[in-house]
Amino acid sequence: MNTNDKLCNDGTGWLYSDTVKDHFFHPRNILLDEKNYEADGVGVVGSPACGDMMAVWVKVDSGTLRITECVWRTFGCASAIASTSMMSLMATEDGGMTLSRAKRMTPEAIIERLGGLPDRKYHCSVLGHLALREAIEDYEENHVART
Amino acid sequence: MSTIAELDKVVYLDYAAATPIDPEVLQTVLPYWDKRYGNASSMHESGRRAKGAIDSARAAVAEVLHCEPEEIIFTGSGTESDNAAVLGAARGARVRGNHIIISAIEHKAVLESAQQLKNEGFDVSILPVDAHGTINVEKCLQLVTDKTVLVSVMYANNEMGTIEPIQKLSAALRERRAGSTFPYLHTDACQAAGFLTLNVAELGIDLMTLNGSKIYGPRGIGALYKKKGVSLVPLIVGGEQEQHLRAGTESVPLIVGFAAALTKAERMRAAESTRLTTLRDFFIDRLLKKIPQAMLNGHPVDRLPNNIHISVPNIEGESILLMLDRHRVEASTGSACSAYDLQPSHVLLALGQNAELAHGSIRFTLGRHTTKEELEYVLSIFPGIVERLTRLSALTATI
Repeated sequence: MNTNDKLCNDGTGWLYSDTVKDHFFHPRNILLDEKNYEADGVGVVGSPACGDMMAVWVKVDSGTLRITECVWRTFGCASAIASTSMMSLMATEDGGMTLSRAKRMTPEAIIERLGGLPDRKYHCSVLGHLALREAIEDYEENHVART
Repeated sequence: MSTIAELDKVVYLDYAAATPIDPEVLQTVLPYWDKRYGNASSMHESGRRAKGAIDSARAAVAEVLHCEPEEIIFTGSGTESDNAAVLGAARGARVRGNHIIISAIEHKAVLESAQQLKNEGFDVSILPVDAHGTINVEKCLQLVTDKTVLVSVMYANNEMGTIEPIQKLSAALRERRAGSTFPYLHTDACQAAGFLTLNVAELGIDLMTLNGSKIYGPRGIGALYKKKGVSLVPLIVGGEQEQHLRAGTESVPLIVGFAAALTKAERMRAAESTRLTTLRDFFIDRLLKKIPQAMLNGHPVDRLPNNIHISVPNIEGESILLMLDRHRVEASTGSACSAYDLQPSHVLLALGQNAELAHGSIRFTLGRHTTKEELEYVLSIFPGIVERLTRLSALTATI
């Protein structure tokens, strides 16, 4: 049984899993007041023309090199919003992900935690891990290089 | 953001996608699924009864269209009628010429038929539209050559509701033909039915597509008006039904239901158009006041009485749709993210709208059961949805 079948036959008739719906309707770690937010690194991926764009801001513990905060904004469809939300949760749970691990976060891991996504949403809408990677690289350029 | 209202029903604003079957039509249809069986090709009593029902239905449709009953072909859908008209007429006129013209905002049933003809060696010209989605008749005439056998321009657009100047186009083409019968003019009237005149003599067209699911009739039934003398190569062969132009045992219930639905839609047309135009303009006015950054797509005046189509910058259509759905409001979007091919609507791109705005498009289409109270409810929740998604959007962030 592929992911699509599972989603389509869950009884609600919804295209998306309950977890996707939860993160879409109740997104975690949104940054509303970005002007007054002092981030250690910022990453932006996607483009408005393509219909998906994500911005991710991170704060990093320079001692442990773990992510302490991961906040975001997304332009896009429900799966784009939900997958960025889930990414931010994964990056900060259990004391925060180490930078080296966070840079290796895969879209598959995000999709798995979301309880799957429709096939056609697989490639276009899950970009959160790329925005996170950019934010970490931004942090490293600005901070690690100096130390 | 507003809480989810305890509505006892869904606010259905997607009538351009599908209409509920009219209860009277349903009652008319039911006996034909059950007691009134019989194959119209059979000579016995049951067969004759089936044939009689089809004949009456055909006559009723012809009365609405002001044409002869023999000029009506029943098909399986609007898509099939479009296919039968475009592929059938072009193939039938192949010896006469290999060029067709279609507008840039046609339904995929016409667009992909044209693509199919291209593969068969036809040349296809795309007639552009202006920012309101209206074709230019002069521009169309410029595209016509001695090889042009068919022009296909929809009567009213299914996405943004713009009504095309079909009468002006047919008059201009008639002059251009100078006595010849080519090019034929086909129009897809699926969305126009119930709002605009379907008098084919007034319209001056050769082929016209209709379907049941947009006129409170049954699904799985369409009709094609084919003017006497227009030659078609059939898509479906293997029987003498529909003058050999559409083989296969006729679905008597669907044909009877289609005719009943079309007759009723025509009877209600004037009053319903007036009622919905008032509701439409009320909704557009209030919506644009509440959401000043939104823009109305399509023609401000020459648009279907039931169509409201807007684009909202910085947010995406599927997200809007799902938020509306959570508030039990059902609409539609031209956003790429909701489409199976993940492409933004070709109609919105044809208007010259950039992909970014096209992603944030939303269509509300009103119908017989739409009330002002329902629209007021939508107006009460929609600004909150827009605000929420705008605050969440990366496009509004200062980075």
